[in-house]
Amino acid sequence: MGQVISFANIFGKLWGVNKEVRILILGLDGAGKTTILYRLQMGEVVTTKPTIGFNVETLKYKNLTLNIWDLGGQTSIRPYWRCYYSNTAAVIFVVDSTDKDRIDVACKELHLMLKEEELTESTLLVFANKQDQPGAMSAAEVSQALSLTELKDRSWSIVASSAIKGEGLTEGLDWLMDVIKEEQL
Amino acid sequence: MILRITYYISNTNQSAGGKTKKLHVRIYEYQSGFYKHLSIVHISSVLRMSAQLYKKNDAYSTSSGQLPDKMTIFQECLQQFNLSPVNAKKCRQLLAKLLRLLYHGEKFPSSESTTLFFSISKLFQHKDLSLRQMVYLTIKELSATSQDILMVTSSIMKDIQGGDLIYKPNAIRTLANVLDASTVSASERLFKNCLVDRNPIVSSAALISSYKLLPIAKDVVKRFTNETLETIQSLKQFPSNQFQLHEYYGSATTNLPSTSYMYQYHALGLLYHLRNHDKMALMKLITSLSDGSSLKNSLSIIQLIRYINKILSDDKSLITHLFPILSGFLKHKSDMVEIEACKTLIDLQHLINESDFMNIITTLQKLLSVPRTSTRFAAIRLINKISIKNPEKIIVVNLELESLINDSNRSISTLAITTLLKTMGAGTINDTGGEGVDRLIGKMTSLMDEITEDFKIVIIEAIENLALKFPSKHKRLVSFLTDLLRDEGSLELKSTIVDALFDLIKFLPDEGAKKLILMNLCEFIEDCEFTELSVRILHLLGDEGPNTSNPSYYIRHIYNRLVLENSIIRSSAVIALAKFAIVCGGDVSKNIEVLLNRCLNDVDDEVRDRASVSLNFIHNSRKDLIINEFQYDLGALEGKLTHYLNEAAFDNSFDINEVGVISSEELKSIDYNRKLTKLDSTSFAESSANERDAEDLTTNGKGGDDSNNDVANALLKQQEYAQQLSAIPEFESYGKLSSSSPASYLTEKENEFVVTAVKHFFIESQKLVVQYNITNTLNHLVIQDVSVIAQPDNELYTEDLIISLENLQPEQTGTVYVSFSTPNIDDEELLVAFGNTLSYTNKEIIDEKGNIDETDEGWSEEYQIEDLEVLAGDFVHPLYNSNFTAVYEQLSFEESAVVSLKNTKTLEIGVEKLLKQLNMMPLDGSEYVPSDSTSHTLKLFGKDVWGTKVGALVKLASAGGKVVAKVSVKSENDKVAKLVAESIN
Repeated sequence: MGQVISFANIFGKLWGVNKEVRILILGLDGAGKTTILYRLQMGEVVTTKPTIGFNVETLKYKNLTLNIWDLGGQTSIRPYWRCYYSNTAAVIFVVDSTDKDRIDVACKELHLMLKEEELTESTLLVFANKQDQPGAMSAAEVSQALSLTELKDRSWSIVASSAIKGEGLTEGLDWLMDVIKEEQL
Repeated sequence: MILRITYYISNTNQSAGGKTKKLHVRIYEYQSGFYKHLSIVHISSVLRMSAQLYKKNDAYSTSSGQLPDKMTIFQECLQQFNLSPVNAKKCRQLLAKLLRLLYHGEKFPSSESTTLFFSISKLFQHKDLSLRQMVYLTIKELSATSQDILMVTSSIMKDIQGGDLIYKPNAIRTLANVLDASTVSASERLFKNCLVDRNPIVSSAALISSYKLLPIAKDVVKRFTNETLETIQSLKQFPSNQFQLHEYYGSATTNLPSTSYMYQYHALGLLYHLRNHDKMALMKLITSLSDGSSLKNSLSIIQLIRYINKILSDDKSLITHLFPILSGFLKHKSDMVEIEACKTLIDLQHLINESDFMNIITTLQKLLSVPRTSTRFAAIRLINKISIKNPEKIIVVNLELESLINDSNRSISTLAITTLLKTMGAGTINDTGGEGVDRLIGKMTSLMDEITEDFKIVIIEAIENLALKFPSKHKRLVSFLTDLLRDEGSLELKSTIVDALFDLIKFLPDEGAKKLILMNLCEFIEDCEFTELSVRILHLLGDEGPNTSNPSYYIRHIYNRLVLENSIIRSSAVIALAKFAIVCGGDVSKNIEVLLNRCLNDVDDEVRDRASVSLNFIHNSRKDLIINEFQYDLGALEGKLTHYLNEAAFDNSFDINEVGVISSEELKSIDYNRKLTKLDSTSFAESSANERDAEDLTTNGKGGDDSNNDVANALLKQQEYAQQLSAIPEFESYGKLSSSSPASYLTEKENEFVVTAVKHFFIESQKLVVQYNITNTLNHLVIQDVSVIAQPDNELYTEDLIISLENLQPEQTGTVYVSFSTPNIDDEELLVAFGNTLSYTNKEIIDEKGNIDETDEGWSEEYQIEDLEVLAGDFVHPLYNSNFTAVYEQLSFEESAVVSLKNTKTLEIGVEKLLKQLNMMPLDGSEYVPSDSTSHTLKLFGKDVWGTKVGALVKLASAGGKVVAKVSVKSENDKVAKLVAESIN
């Protein structure tokens, strides 16, 4: 009996089935974090209210169990992000591509977050969200505004997305899964 | 030769883990009137339980019952909860341990609590239902001490919207703890949906949570009114398939109630708080809910009855609308509802008529015989309450009460006896129930062996009160008490009996009673194992014995103490003997001197000291040093001393003459009054406690004023006034304050300005200072230059000065003093009424800090308030006397008058009114009016501020809703008699 279980464990570890992957979705308020979470989980667009606190959902994606934490982006809540950093495999940073006024704030928050000890091992995926809106910056523009190229010792990627239309999300997630499987399992 | 053997067992040396019991045996030989003490045998047996055994018996000290270590749990929690993936079972167990700590009152400091909270919030990732439930319970507890709890808001709201029914109610309750004023609006819709949820449990959770939110977001909760109304009127049932049945219920779902209607109770509570400032809305709510079928939950009906009571206490005129509703609840299928209705109606007794009152009694009578013990207890408690004031009304239930004497529940049987003692007393006024008392005492005697001491004490107090109220029945009752005194009993029991006997000696007019009790007490100390009781009794013998017909009898008993007892008792016996010597004189005095001389050789120095001091006083005839003719007012003395210490002006020595002196006569009045008010105080305290409960939960009760012990407090209050007044330079020359009236309201309690007035008389300097206390209840106005224009209708009163008030902020109380020169008792007219007007300048508050516009000149206004009358009562103090008839006869001047009392419908109200107007002491129990009679005689006695005694005999007769009083006032001063007679109206 015992042998069977331990065998299954080893097998599971190989494929990452039993392992839960912890992912944080961060970003300024109104960037579309909650919409992305539920678009990923349920495949549909839900009406959302500003998140006071966090939402957490578990979903299976490509043989992996993902534990996705969507933390509220309001100024008052941002200080508490750090309470949830530990054991995080990846951070999905969502940017409202139409909000040129606050892109600097987003940049500051991003770099502040990445300096944290607990996140040195985590992969970064940036969604340049709201591409369906007119006047949205392109992924390259966002990348430049966020000074992503300055990031060293970290796997990162930026993907243009629209949570409403469902574009770019799977693409980004696929990349993330590949990196995680490669680097962390 | 008669031998007498007594024994008792004492517990001494409660040393660690064991007890030492001591058996004391005393052997006496009876010789010619003396018990000669032969020997004392102490048999000590040490019962020592081993520490081991002791520990085993104590369930809480074993290791399995110990609380888990706080820090260990804290560490484990952090470790487990941060794991990924989460182990649901382990986390659940840990949370259970944590909760156990919290429920035991353990607290974590804020930072640790917050850390815990964040780690627990991570458990939201797991879907296990039971785990989620535990998470909610824990967060609810931690929310009080943690920071930043709003982090879980979204997660909770999502659970409430779409989560499982198992934890949904928990989630709602937790949400109410997590929300603050800024986030509450986000959850408004959610709450509304839950309030009207078809599941009663969800609905209840939402109702309770809304109630909790009231203090932080009253406006939001106000918008829930419609949903709450909808809920209270709807029928919600438990979903039949939601929960798996516990095997206890078997397989049939029919055993389960389909609903408890508990949500109605919760909804009613919430509605009341949303509406309790709007009387009309509240009335509408009550009317709509009180028709038979709308409220199904007993608790909610009880709550409704309480709200009705609350409304009535504010506005008595609503009784005509509300009485039918209340009396409807007297017949209900739930005992609880019936009890509550009875209770409320009894409190409202003065508003309802006789036949309606009988309906209450009938209901209570029925409830006395139900099987459920708690119901019987509640019913008999209410009957007992009625019996305090109106024993004649419950004579009809005597039969049931008698059968309850043997009730297996001792609380019930004790109450039955005390109640019966009162109704018997009522019956014996007409002297038909004398047999009844005998029979009852017979029954009690057999019962006394079976009941515990606590109950005995209650019964003893009841008997004492009965004897005080009906002095004619004392013989039987005294002998019952003294029999009890001879039986075995603890110090507490014996003290109660001795207290009772002391009071009876003080207050029974009959000399025979006094003699009987004293003799019994003498016999008791011959064989009393309690030093403190012996000392007290010796003191009493010293006070009372010398004035009796055969003092030598008592001297003999006291002398026995000198021979047989310990030094403490011996020294008090010395003082007692000295009192006999100084009062009786003659041979007695000589004989006592011989006895005291022997005491000079006593082994104990205290005894020797007292003996030599006493001998000295006797030789020099210093009666005043041995016998206390008066004593200091202890309350005042304490106040003065505290004041003296606080002032810290130790250059001047403390002046004892400033402290009021109470003569033994006055002391008796105070004690007597205290005794009688104690009778009613229990019920009074109860009702005031209820009122406080009902206070709005958002406003803190303004500190209940404890007017219970009014006699003692009145003295203290006067002392306080005297201090306040003497601190005002204008009144410094006025001298000693003679009397202060209780504060009377000159406005309604709900008015914009609430004014009370206190009259202070300085008789020697012929001054009257009226103290107006003014409260500004308007929160947007500051009033300035506040003064009171007081217009006397008697020309002999002339205004000297007004001390006005500069500034009165909202919700503050200030004082205006108006001083008058008054006529003297020898002048034509002493009574007066003042027409009062409040004058002030209005200024509006312009900002939140309560500031006013400096440039605002305001506008001046006048505000009419009620008149203030000076009555005879202001010049009289109540005085006790045990023999009214004799004292009354001795008073020389008589004045009589026949008056129809204004606004007085019943004799009871009439008596109350007279007591208030005249401020005299009712004697011989004459303040109790038997309810069915149409005439009553009130005997009043007092002492006026000029030092003369005054008595009043008032014959009251009622006819056709009017009460006529025929007053005869007698006094040593004709003017006083006239004054008192004139002041009745």
